[in-house]
Amino acid sequence: MIFSELYSAYYTAVARILSAVLAGENDEKRLREIAERYAFRESALNILSSLKSQRWQLLTEALQTPLRHAPTMPLTLLELRWLKSIEDDPRLRLFGVTIDLPSDVEPLFCKDDYRVFDCYADGDPYEDPHYQEVFRTVLDALRAKAPLKINMLNRRGGEIFFRCYPKRLEYSEKDDKFRLITDGCRFIQVLNLARIVQCVRCDGEIRYRPSRWTEKHDTLTLEILDERNALERCMLHFAHFEKQAERIGENRYLLKIRYDCNDEPEMVIRVLSFGSMVRVTEPPRMVELVKEKLIQQMECHLR
Amino acid sequence: MSVYHELIKNYERVRAYMREFYLYGFKSREEYRQKSARAYDDEKRRVESWLGDYMRFVRTADGKNVFLSVDSRSSRHNPFYRSWKAKSFTDGDITLHFILMDLLWSPEVSLTLRELTERIDRDYLSNFKEPMLYDESTLRKKLKEYASFGIVEVEREGKHTRYRRKESTPLPDRAVLDFFSEVAPCGVIGSYLLDRYDPDGEEIFAFKHHYMTAAPDSNVTAVLLDAIHRHRIVTVSNLSRRANEPRENRVIPLRIMVSVQNGRQYLMAYQPDFKCIKSFRIDYLSNVRLCEITPRFAELRAQLEEMEQHMWGVNCRRNRFGRDRLEHVEFTLRIGANEGYILQRLEREKRIGRVEALGNGLYRFTADVYDTNELAPWIRSFTCRIVQMNFSNRTVENRIKYDLRRLCEMYGIEEAQGDDLQ
Repeated sequence: MIFSELYSAYYTAVARILSAVLAGENDEKRLREIAERYAFRESALNILSSLKSQRWQLLTEALQTPLRHAPTMPLTLLELRWLKSIEDDPRLRLFGVTIDLPSDVEPLFCKDDYRVFDCYADGDPYEDPHYQEVFRTVLDALRAKAPLKINMLNRRGGEIFFRCYPKRLEYSEKDDKFRLITDGCRFIQVLNLARIVQCVRCDGEIRYRPSRWTEKHDTLTLEILDERNALERCMLHFAHFEKQAERIGENRYLLKIRYDCNDEPEMVIRVLSFGSMVRVTEPPRMVELVKEKLIQQMECHLR
Repeated sequence: MSVYHELIKNYERVRAYMREFYLYGFKSREEYRQKSARAYDDEKRRVESWLGDYMRFVRTADGKNVFLSVDSRSSRHNPFYRSWKAKSFTDGDITLHFILMDLLWSPEVSLTLRELTERIDRDYLSNFKEPMLYDESTLRKKLKEYASFGIVEVEREGKHTRYRRKESTPLPDRAVLDFFSEVAPCGVIGSYLLDRYDPDGEEIFAFKHHYMTAAPDSNVTAVLLDAIHRHRIVTVSNLSRRANEPRENRVIPLRIMVSVQNGRQYLMAYQPDFKCIKSFRIDYLSNVRLCEITPRFAELRAQLEEMEQHMWGVNCRRNRFGRDRLEHVEFTLRIGANEGYILQRLEREKRIGRVEALGNGLYRFTADVYDTNELAPWIRSFTCRIVQMNFSNRTVENRIKYDLRRLCEMYGIEEAQGDDLQ
């Protein structure tokens, strides 16, 4: 259904090559650059030789094309159906745009056809007009690389004010929240979008103050005992990190995960959720954090 | 001996390899016995060509291991989508595609099969020393295929059939595609749309806790979603981890369940043979074929929704007579006066459960579920504050308690440091 040459990197690369040729850019070096950029690592050689040898009869020996128009293709039915499906998503309203689709297109799926069953219940209020306005202001500033003036609530509910450069909007599917990653502000680097009270795009520059908050990574080493399908569960659970696994015994494995040290408390509870199938061996700080939790647990006199 | 090609005709084999390389990555070449060593070399080379930036190698005592490692937080787009853009084609396919799209360059242009054949030969292929030959039948088949893709329209005009390009639909905003191609089901379709933009555009989004594992299953998911939307019965092959051979199932798909905490996706479907609703891991499914429409869809979907009131995850145990086998889960946590964030955590993560304050910083969670096992990892994540557990499924309760004792032993925590676990 979705695996078709119409969407292939080769077709995309060839379309770009033919457009370039029609625009008068037909030296071989340029065409190779296009192939390398739009297709895969080993594709350029194959694409160019197929075109030059006239196995694909789209370029003549003189690197001219009989085509008259830069290649385009209407959106396929599958693409239209997918777009129709996301039209139904409340997060689309954040962008302040509508998707212009033919009226007879049926969605591929609607919101009742799938369910995320384990995301947290306190997600961002996507239907709230104030939140939507904040989102659009941030999006606009990100596109223009313009600074922002932000009033927001801190953890204790007090209002704070600062200026920053927006770097990225980070979305967590688990939290169902957007966070704004900023730059140029000394004391804030990441903030929840839902905490923003007011947000205005600044005209001109702001004073750049390097953040005191630094992104530091470390490697967490876990020893996994593959019982009760622990290996697969663990590999899937930590799949979104850069990681490396190694077999060290009959049903024992070492898993090394590169993690952001700012997320240490979260990592500890994630590891503990595997119970005795997973043991932290490195770094010592993480081992201590786990031990601390276990000692506190023993003090709970669990019944 | 077959020659290596970067492109593939069938996605299934590479799907299995990518999963091995990405999820596990500790197997050496000798351990890949699914096919031959040669097949392994070819698949590895392909994956390296598509996803080279994420491919890693390590030498161990068992040999050289290949694995894929992706930090989804720093990767703006799911790299596995690239594998869906590696479909093979013939020389004739690609030549004809660009010529046809050039001839039918605007929806105003409509041509018959004969006109198309003549113009392909005269205006395009005659420029080449050894022009390709397309007969009318090849052309008709290709146009029929394009009509099914929705890019060409077919019109009957008396005895003649005329073909024209479909009206263009404007591409949505790039940021919309950037976002939804990562978070919506079958996001690879959004990635196809993004390919129509210049790749040097704005990069606005990053994604945390972002699982990319489901990308290789996109086709199965798309067909199942289509079946659900059209209320169609399907047949599907299921190769679970406990079976050696795939098993054919005929089921009524009802809903796709997605986990954002481990990246797994499940199909909830009614199995007429067993008269029950059951979950299937989508990564174990293949070869989905649509069958007839079922009149029972609405009734079964309503049944599933009722059952979801007791599903912590995807497990459900309702027998063929409609009787539920529910288990009671109850545990109490100690939360300090300055630990309001833990209570918040409990509230936002409780799903179908209830939380009540007992006083003195104690809070009780209760739920009646089909499968207590599904809650165990979550309950363990509260280690350091669990004061009481009362499960009707004593086996799970005892296992969690045993696990805690084992953990203490593993970390060398002696009873003197704390207190014994009862």
